[in-house]
Amino acid sequence: MGRSSKVGDAASLTPPRGPAGANGEPGEIRSGMAPSVSSLLQYLVSGVTLGSIYGMIALGFTLIYNSTGVVNFAQGEFVAYGALVAISCSTTLGLPMPLAVLAALVAVTALGAVLERLAIRPARGSSVITLIIITIGASILLRGIAMKLWGPDALPMRHFSGETPMGFAGASVLPQHLWVMGIVLTTMIALWLLGERTQVGKAMRACAADREAAQLVGIPASRMVMLSFALSGMLGGLAGAIVAPLAMGQFDMGIMLGLKGFAAAILGGIGNPVGAVLGGVLLGVLESVGAGVRSEFKDAIAFGVMLLVLLAKPTGLLGRRAQ
Amino acid sequence: MKRELKRYQAIGLVAMAAIALPRAMSADYQLHLAAIIGINTIIVLGLNLLMGYAGQVSLGQAAFVGIGAYASAILTVKVGLSPWLGMAAAVALGALTAAIVGVPLLKLRGHYLAMGTLGFGMIVHIVLVQWDKLTDGTVGIMGIPPLSAAGVALESAPSMYYLVALCVIVSTALASNIIDSRVGRAMRAVHGSEVAAETSGVDTARYKLQVFILSGALAGLAGSLYAHHVTYVHPDTFGFAYSIQLVVMAVLGGMTSIWGAVVGAAAVTIISEELRQYQEYSTILFGAVLMAVMIFMPGGIWRGAGDLYRRLRRMRPGRARAGV
Repeated sequence: MGRSSKVGDAASLTPPRGPAGANGEPGEIRSGMAPSVSSLLQYLVSGVTLGSIYGMIALGFTLIYNSTGVVNFAQGEFVAYGALVAISCSTTLGLPMPLAVLAALVAVTALGAVLERLAIRPARGSSVITLIIITIGASILLRGIAMKLWGPDALPMRHFSGETPMGFAGASVLPQHLWVMGIVLTTMIALWLLGERTQVGKAMRACAADREAAQLVGIPASRMVMLSFALSGMLGGLAGAIVAPLAMGQFDMGIMLGLKGFAAAILGGIGNPVGAVLGGVLLGVLESVGAGVRSEFKDAIAFGVMLLVLLAKPTGLLGRRAQ
Repeated sequence: MKRELKRYQAIGLVAMAAIALPRAMSADYQLHLAAIIGINTIIVLGLNLLMGYAGQVSLGQAAFVGIGAYASAILTVKVGLSPWLGMAAAVALGALTAAIVGVPLLKLRGHYLAMGTLGFGMIVHIVLVQWDKLTDGTVGIMGIPPLSAAGVALESAPSMYYLVALCVIVSTALASNIIDSRVGRAMRAVHGSEVAAETSGVDTARYKLQVFILSGALAGLAGSLYAHHVTYVHPDTFGFAYSIQLVVMAVLGGMTSIWGAVVGAAAVTIISEELRQYQEYSTILFGAVLMAVMIFMPGGIWRGAGDLYRRLRRMRPGRARAGV
């Protein structure tokens, strides 16, 4: 218990190769040997895939942080629930993949809204540490429920469109890698459009920029807060559903994913949505390359990077908000 | 003056209760639990000073406990030093690590500081797991020898309990002295407003660091006591979950009191133990209870119970008081 789970393991996102081909093995390259171009490309593929997931998680953090100033420690649990609900729908209920993913989306979006209503709203005005502990309590609660509902083991999920790897300059790319990258990219564009072109999106941005001013022009701030939680839930749930075929679903997959997603948000600059995604992708690549070189300290990479950023430039790469 | 008297009375009460406890409890298990509560209390005293008085959040305190525990374990089991020397080393290492890490980290504020301490805690855990030449990794270190006083090994539950109780009393007195001293006033100034404190000539950076180092030393001491009490250390004991538990203990007890450390440590330790029997539901219950307490009693159980009591009193018929 408490060990870093296989999920989020950069290596497990790469297809097995060679006779050994065991999942979870540090990788095809033994440490000490200089990585070749094709293996670097391989790291890039799994890195960007993993990084896209981190980016989605980081974006979820940013949305909530911008609207409430709260760090949502339960963000990782959104991802876990997304994965597990999708697995249940597709494996147990036999629903077709798009429906399963949609169901996961809807479920976790609702979960986000419920969390805001039941846990955050009543504690409005509390101190930073109180709110942090509330979300930590929520994450513990959600993890416990997940273990009760889905058991302690890792559950597999069918890949969206088969598992035949495609060769690409010596690197092996799975269709699921493309699915993840494609869906994340599409979601980012959709969110950008939401923020730029729709009333709701603009209202949310206004609220994040200056809550009082937004309220003065008639924007219902509390509803925007709930929306940001719901949207965060959607992002987390979607991330979980699309990465589950690669990394499996497990009740405690949210711990590490959440923490690393937050590290990505800090790397990119907390409060900055573009930074969140950028930070995510960058962190994913760094972790992937690092894991290939020295697999034992793979998890330390994310936290090391985060500490480095906090000490050198706390506002991150694209930091916009001072506090 | 009156406050000082009350403090000494409080410490005296704690001391008497601590001494009387083994008479009341026969089972070794209960004494063992009391010792664990005592160990947690020492850590939480440090956390209270850091979070409650100096206003600095630490989500990685378990790392210092782990450093202390492993220092004792490695020095006694692998190097063969006397356990007392090992304990001294544990305290020193806790303080030293806090000093090294605190200088850069304490420049951060609020959420950034919280995440910084969290990151530090995670890295220490990973090092404990991965540097297996030194720490035996996930196998852990067993057979840690007991401390001995005057030639008698402190192995039994009561003897270990007394040692821990003694450390708790000493730590409590120390913390109490600090709170009432110049350093304490400076810390409260920092907590109230760092800017205001600075303009009044308080060297905030220095005081924050001093409190941080003290909390690290206390955690190191607690870790050493833990190692000798349980005689086995494993990296997973000192991970993120324990750091969170410690913060919860501090907050539940109401961060600004000495009593609070004892109450918080006792409450969380006992609740966790009781919940264990529910196995699968233990996590669910713990999370739910945690959320409920933080939402409805954010000032800690102490103050929350007090508020509740006052509210109930006011509701009694015929006791309506204007303006209370």
